[in-house]
Amino acid sequence: MNENAIQTRNLTKYYGKTRGIEQIDLTVPRGDFFGFIGPNGAGKSTTIRTLLGLIRPTGGEAKIFGLDIINDRERILSHVGYLPSETSFYPGMRVRDVLKLSAELRGRSFRRSKQPLPRSSHGIATQPRRSDNRCEATLSPWEHDCSETARLLCERLQLDPARKVDELSLGNKKKVSIVCALQHDPDLLILDEPTSGLDPLMQREFFEILRERSAGGTTIFLSSHILSEIQHNCAHAAMIRDGRIIASGSVEDLSRTGARRVSIRGQMDYGALSSVKNLRILSDGADFLYRGDVQALLAVMANGTIRDVSINEPDLEEIFLHYYTD
Amino acid sequence: MTIIKHELRQNRTSFAVWTASIAFLLIVCVFLFPEMKGEMDSMGNLFASMGRFTAAFGMDRLNFGTLIGYYSIECGNILGLGGALFASLLGISALTKEEKDRTAEFLLTHPVSRMRVITEKLAAVFLQITVINLLILILSLLSIALIGEDIPFKELLLIHGAYFLLQLELACICFGISAFLRRGGAGIGMGLAAAAYFLNLVANISESARFLHWLTPFAYCEGADIIAAGKLDGGRIAVGTTLAVIGITVAYRHYVRKDIR
Repeated sequence: MNENAIQTRNLTKYYGKTRGIEQIDLTVPRGDFFGFIGPNGAGKSTTIRTLLGLIRPTGGEAKIFGLDIINDRERILSHVGYLPSETSFYPGMRVRDVLKLSAELRGRSFRRSKQPLPRSSHGIATQPRRSDNRCEATLSPWEHDCSETARLLCERLQLDPARKVDELSLGNKKKVSIVCALQHDPDLLILDEPTSGLDPLMQREFFEILRERSAGGTTIFLSSHILSEIQHNCAHAAMIRDGRIIASGSVEDLSRTGARRVSIRGQMDYGALSSVKNLRILSDGADFLYRGDVQALLAVMANGTIRDVSINEPDLEEIFLHYYTD
Repeated sequence: MTIIKHELRQNRTSFAVWTASIAFLLIVCVFLFPEMKGEMDSMGNLFASMGRFTAAFGMDRLNFGTLIGYYSIECGNILGLGGALFASLLGISALTKEEKDRTAEFLLTHPVSRMRVITEKLAAVFLQITVINLLILILSLLSIALIGEDIPFKELLLIHGAYFLLQLELACICFGISAFLRRGGAGIGMGLAAAAYFLNLVANISESARFLHWLTPFAYCEGADIIAAGKLDGGRIAVGTTLAVIGITVAYRHYVRKDIR
């Protein structure tokens, strides 16, 4: 099978005359934990919805596992787990029914009985054993049935399968979506703003599950506007703004802009420095992002009266906010 | 089959309510017949004096004193209007409810082709229309037997058959329209059913509006014509079938390429 989980070339989508995305080039290798960053309305969801075949591209092409997103849509979707940013379910259904429906729409079974299948340890069930050319026909009965994986996921996420979906809080609805996206052990996980609505503890558990899946070989495509999520979890990332990719690479490289966060106590002439951003003057000092000649910075500081100084590497969030969005 | 099963389950309450309502009204109507039969002579005169109003419902050409004459007007209107509304709503909502309730994103990100979604949804619509008609027919036959009248099998089956075709036609047309909608189309569905019904009344009243018969499926459900001819109007049904096929074709062609936002 193809080396790349996702590959797009010039992928473009216009809604009539309104821009969706323009000439998106993305390459996500198999097994990668890939972050897709951008502010709201930048085109993250449009990209994802195009990849999933919900909307048709107006130009360019995209392949998932080497398969064409238009012509091989169903084959692609059988290998994909998708977590939408907003979740809606059919009214009147219980969590268990939704999970069963999702499994059955994938041609999988979902046992209703309370009798668990042969027990496996916690970790194995959420870390699928996989081979690269897995297809539905070669699944063992244990793998074919989603109920055990679903049960373990529900346990970990503290989701009661007997509840009615209409009565669930936003966060709990999100959990239902998470289980739907994961219970069939997909090769590629596409997550659109996955943590919105989840409390911090659940977020941690969720990312723990994702890391296990990633270790098991699952490719993860994580779309988010929360940079710390990307920085802490992803190996590679792309940034999208106004429908275009403005930067991509390893998260490490993206963070390495040469910019520093400088905090000082005391007085100095900030006006003498170029390349200062996000300057915040405090009562007894200042705080700013600096990307320029270090000698010049030191010279200006030497001329001032500095009592204390700290120079740190800024986090990705700051870099994104102050450099990539200008 | 998963989608058909899911559709039927989602619709079961609404299906039960429609079935119960139409069947109840129909049975009440049948039970009123013995009482009405005795008063038919004076009624006949009354209707004769109402001119075109009687023509609108085909009452000028039917004998209200016979069960089939009475049935085709009273029960025909209930079954016609009720069934048309039920079928139109079913047809218009099958696809649109997914986008209206934002469940399309759930359904269509599973490995099922749009073709399969359309086919199974259409099958679910047909199945529900078939079952509601069978149930109503059985209850109607039972109620006629209960009031001790002879069952005019042939005419009754023809009339029920015609209304069954009408419902299928409206459902297919609505299904075709629904492929273009993004939000619910209940208003459009009901409007279409009502428009078809009133179009037929107008066509019945005025000679110059008679051509409207070709536009509405209610024209081939006219009890007076069916009883007089002893068969259904093949020409009008052919037109209706064509419209239904166009509706389905349009639904397939458009929905497989539709952007789900």
